[in-house]
Amino acid sequence: MAVKVSLKVNGKSVSAEVEERTLLVTVIREHLRLTGTHVGCDTAQCGACTVSMNGKAVKSCSMLAMQAEGADVMTIEGVAKPDGTLHPMQAAFKEHHGLQCGFCTPGMVMNAIDFAKSHPNPSESEIREALEGNLCRCTGYHNIVKAIGAGAKAMAAGK
Amino acid sequence: MGAPLIGARVERKEDYRFLTGAGQYTDDVDLPRQCYAAFVRSPHAHAVIKKINSAKARKSAGFVAIYTGEDFAAAKLGGLPCGWLITDVNGQPMKEPPHPCLAQGKVRYVGDQVAIVVAETIDQARDAAELVEVDYEVLTAVVDGSKATAKGAPQLHEAAPNNTCYVWAIGDKAAADAAFAKAAHVTKLDLINNRLVPNAMEPRVAIGSYSRADDSYTLYVASQNPHVERLLMTAFVMGLPEHKVRVVAGDVGGGFGSKIYLYAEDVAVTWTSKQINRPVKWTSDRSEAFLTDAHGRDHHTVAELAMDKDGHFLGMRVKTTANVGAYLSTFASCVPTILYATLLAGQYKTPVIHCEVTAVFTNTTPVDAYRGAGRPEATYVVERLVETAAREMKIDPAEIRRRNFITAFPYQTPVALMYDIGDYNATMDAAQKLGDVAGYPARKKASEAKGKLRGLGYAAYIEACGIAPSAVAGALGARAGLFEAGEVRVHPTGSVTVFTGSHSHGQGHETTFAQVVADRLGMPIENVDIVHGDTSKVLFGMGTYGSRSIAVGGTAIVKALDKVIAKGKKIAAHLMEAAESDVVFENGAYTVAGTDKKKMFGEVAFAAYVPHNYPHDKLEPGLNENAFYDPSNFTFPAGTYVCEVEVDPETGVVKIEKFTAVDDFGNIINPMIVEGQVHGGLTQGIGQALTEGCQYDASGQLTTGSFMDYCIPRATDVPFYQVDTRVTACTHNPLGVKGCGEAGAIGAPAALMNAITDALGVKDMPMPASPQTVWRTLKNKKAA
Amino acid sequence: MHAFKYHRPSSVNDAAALAKGEAKLLAGGQTLVQTMKLRLASPSDIIDLGTIKDLAGIKSDGKTVTIGAMTRHADVAHSADVKKAIPALAALAGMIGDRQVRAMGTCGGSIANNDPAADYPAAAMALNATITTNKGKYEAEKFFKGMFTTALGAGEIITSISFQVPKRAAYTKFKNPASRFAIVGVFVADFGGSVRVAVTGAGPSVFRQADMEKALSAKFAPESVANIKVKQDGLNSDMHASAEYRAHLVTVMAKRAVEAALK
Repeated sequence: MAVKVSLKVNGKSVSAEVEERTLLVTVIREHLRLTGTHVGCDTAQCGACTVSMNGKAVKSCSMLAMQAEGADVMTIEGVAKPDGTLHPMQAAFKEHHGLQCGFCTPGMVMNAIDFAKSHPNPSESEIREALEGNLCRCTGYHNIVKAIGAGAKAMAAGK
Repeated sequence: MGAPLIGARVERKEDYRFLTGAGQYTDDVDLPRQCYAAFVRSPHAHAVIKKINSAKARKSAGFVAIYTGEDFAAAKLGGLPCGWLITDVNGQPMKEPPHPCLAQGKVRYVGDQVAIVVAETIDQARDAAELVEVDYEVLTAVVDGSKATAKGAPQLHEAAPNNTCYVWAIGDKAAADAAFAKAAHVTKLDLINNRLVPNAMEPRVAIGSYSRADDSYTLYVASQNPHVERLLMTAFVMGLPEHKVRVVAGDVGGGFGSKIYLYAEDVAVTWTSKQINRPVKWTSDRSEAFLTDAHGRDHHTVAELAMDKDGHFLGMRVKTTANVGAYLSTFASCVPTILYATLLAGQYKTPVIHCEVTAVFTNTTPVDAYRGAGRPEATYVVERLVETAAREMKIDPAEIRRRNFITAFPYQTPVALMYDIGDYNATMDAAQKLGDVAGYPARKKASEAKGKLRGLGYAAYIEACGIAPSAVAGALGARAGLFEAGEVRVHPTGSVTVFTGSHSHGQGHETTFAQVVADRLGMPIENVDIVHGDTSKVLFGMGTYGSRSIAVGGTAIVKALDKVIAKGKKIAAHLMEAAESDVVFENGAYTVAGTDKKKMFGEVAFAAYVPHNYPHDKLEPGLNENAFYDPSNFTFPAGTYVCEVEVDPETGVVKIEKFTAVDDFGNIINPMIVEGQVHGGLTQGIGQALTEGCQYDASGQLTTGSFMDYCIPRATDVPFYQVDTRVTACTHNPLGVKGCGEAGAIGAPAALMNAITDALGVKDMPMPASPQTVWRTLKNKKAA
Repeated sequence: MHAFKYHRPSSVNDAAALAKGEAKLLAGGQTLVQTMKLRLASPSDIIDLGTIKDLAGIKSDGKTVTIGAMTRHADVAHSADVKKAIPALAALAGMIGDRQVRAMGTCGGSIANNDPAADYPAAAMALNATITTNKGKYEAEKFFKGMFTTALGAGEIITSISFQVPKRAAYTKFKNPASRFAIVGVFVADFGGSVRVAVTGAGPSVFRQADMEKALSAKFAPESVANIKVKQDGLNSDMHASAEYRAHLVTVMAKRAVEAALK
């Protein structure tokens, strides 16, 4: 049966008519056509679907769209400034070559931004621990860890 | 002009779109009137299909269509072809049993396609697929390659008696036996190279779209080589002319080999799109990916190394059983032969080598090339043997390698390859220094004081990349050429679009290739765009695998650039009223030696497209050149890896304390990107050795069918790497490049297992060295 | 995922009235949604507890820490009250899954699901927790019945879990390399001479280890448990860890938990 879900995505109020079994990620990708959020697994491990919900990084493939009713969601498309300037975390990923194929990248960045808010100067082990829920098959994490360290510092410095 | 771009750490041009969610992966493509496919897949490893009843499925909500193997047979769709013919020891062609897109009467592995079901939404397609009733007569399965040829083993294919695809050999058996007869010491190992699941983060996707307007098809697919995909699909399966099929592989989220092949789903959605006159989209979920993406490795090998009393290698004998799975995937046959046994010389002047390979069918997912493809298996054999030999002969493992290193080039190995250049002592020296091997004894003591075991292991790998000289490949059984194509299209105002047959799925070609082009043409990198992945744009291409892109694809671009520059020189000579032989091109400008005459490249391009003042009698207008490049030899990247581990004997947990990699990739275009490739390769190699092992139960059910049980490394599993390079430039391509994509995955498993066995004080143990396996190995050692 | 009917009740009573037949309660959804996606569970109805007021929250009175059923793992991990009263419990919550999962997953969901490899049941058992539902109260000991099985009846919904504050405690977890669930997790809690040791991951359901409790009650030191051999009979066995290996790990993890509790 179709139900209506209403939420805020990247600052805009949106609603969609969906089947009850629809996942949040499906609303984001298929209904809103925000295809930067990806699906890489079906067991909640890869984190490619990570978005920010009410300020916290969550896995949008691991929740029903209906669970996000009234929520304030931000996807990767909403992270850069309106003029296109990259967020400091995005810029750090670029500078440190923290991405290769780019598929896991939006989830990595969304999780990293949330993590950095509470870790302005994270250690290597804190960063690696924070990536427990994000898989990357390309980079070996080396440059992702460096990028998040630099991005967190840049965020703290208000860049 | 500024500093040279070649050799610079240029930030990637493709990153902005990936970082802002603007990448366009195949699943992001959304076509009008698109419907969705789900596949009915076999739940059994081996069974006869007695009946398929689709009545309930047809009544389910949103149902559009269902097709089975019978429909495909009636439509005369061919089976999936294998691209490499191996000739066996008796001169007979390998056995190539049919590989139907949808099963015909029999299923041979869990996940084998039985029917395609199409519905209005993906959930409805899955609902309907679930309602298809298939009556199976379950047969006994064989999953272990080493049991496939045993007496009484279940038989998969009528066309492959004894489940044998081929028995193939290389090298001089009699000479090898003679070398062993006079050996002072023989080291022997029985090795399993564990089966792996590639797991690119983007699952496969295919969207078939038929156009009645011109009776043509478009296939959007996550592929590493769209032209090859098109060639195989049109010529061998669908019987269509190539000009009626366009294949588009846009942004692809990693491949590692798994997206080289023509898969059944690609054919099925393409064909079905015509039947229902609507685009058909199939997106694999991760569970399907585990079952159906071609797996990697799965060798069982017995290997022996003969030495004189000083540890000089006299000969090597290797016997391998390679499990190719239920059917021959696109390049399955060449991986355990041409890409494996030819690498058994490693970096050493072993005078005689003999290798025999038996390829067998089992009731498992087809196995094909996965990052490294044959070369990790070869390196594992050679480097585990060498390290073990050093221990047995009480020679330092670095020293035994140095005693046997090839030092004079070119060098003809006893297993077909001719190494053009290398400096193995240089990478060994650098790795020992960077990895502080001198400080190892003190670190070992410190570990012991904490109750931990510490070990150090080397791997000095070699790989053959830049595949391949087509004539050589053809002589070895390749059914396609292995050249590459490139086109340089100069626009009237001087900016450039380059079309390449290489395909980037993470490698950063849009940046690396643009660096080469901008450098050669003396223009800002922003003025150069690289286009790949669309058969309607790119003239032709063999695609990206085997670390071939820069060496073969890059060279094709350089050849096309040479033509552009040469034509530009003729135009410039005309414009400057000078003899062509006096015109030189440098830093983006044509000048006449000894004068102040100068025409910028952009001015020459403009003249080519606005040819008011132009040598029409000698030249056509326009500035657009293409080139096909067929390499004259393989390239031979090589290096030394040093790994140091600490083992917790109470739990069996292995921690990688240091991992040092010094590679010789020839000249380097973008060191930042090259380091990234090494990091990623190392991590996949570490995954093979430490965490990843694909397992089936005896009935053929995949027991590691998700990330809940199959462990690809996470950030906490790996350290920061220490990487560096040494350079001997490749002698036979203009950039002097060799390729870097697979090295890490090739060298890492042997280095890591050498370190772990050193720490545990055992001769061998199986991969992956999971905590339980390490703990059990220690326990067995204590008991012995 | 199979189709189902979705409900968003505003009270525990409304939720309980809906919870019948093949209906399932949705707490954080970090297990249930995956299971449904893989079509391994096909509930007729989903009853979302997410908007019921007063089910989330943390209270600490010095003797007990009470956690509302819908309190997210991340909130427990970061709670100053929990960190002060039972730092081991905050640490345990911070070890569940990954940070995104912890932002959604709930204490009540974990306790109600009673996955043999879940972390919270170990804390509940070792900290002598009381599980409060809309129908009554259970001691942890009598709540966890077996693999994925609890004392909860039809229409019964956990509202909060009260953990007793120990003198000292620690939880050590040996993670499954792939799933990161517990292969073995040991929670050791010292209530001043009376020690409770709860083991998760090793068996079909969380259990207390009597030999270790006795030894540690006599002397709370790593060496008290270091040589206690755990019987492998009845322990779980899978590709990642045999029963024998799990039995061995229980001893190692217990020893390390005691070491950590003493730090």
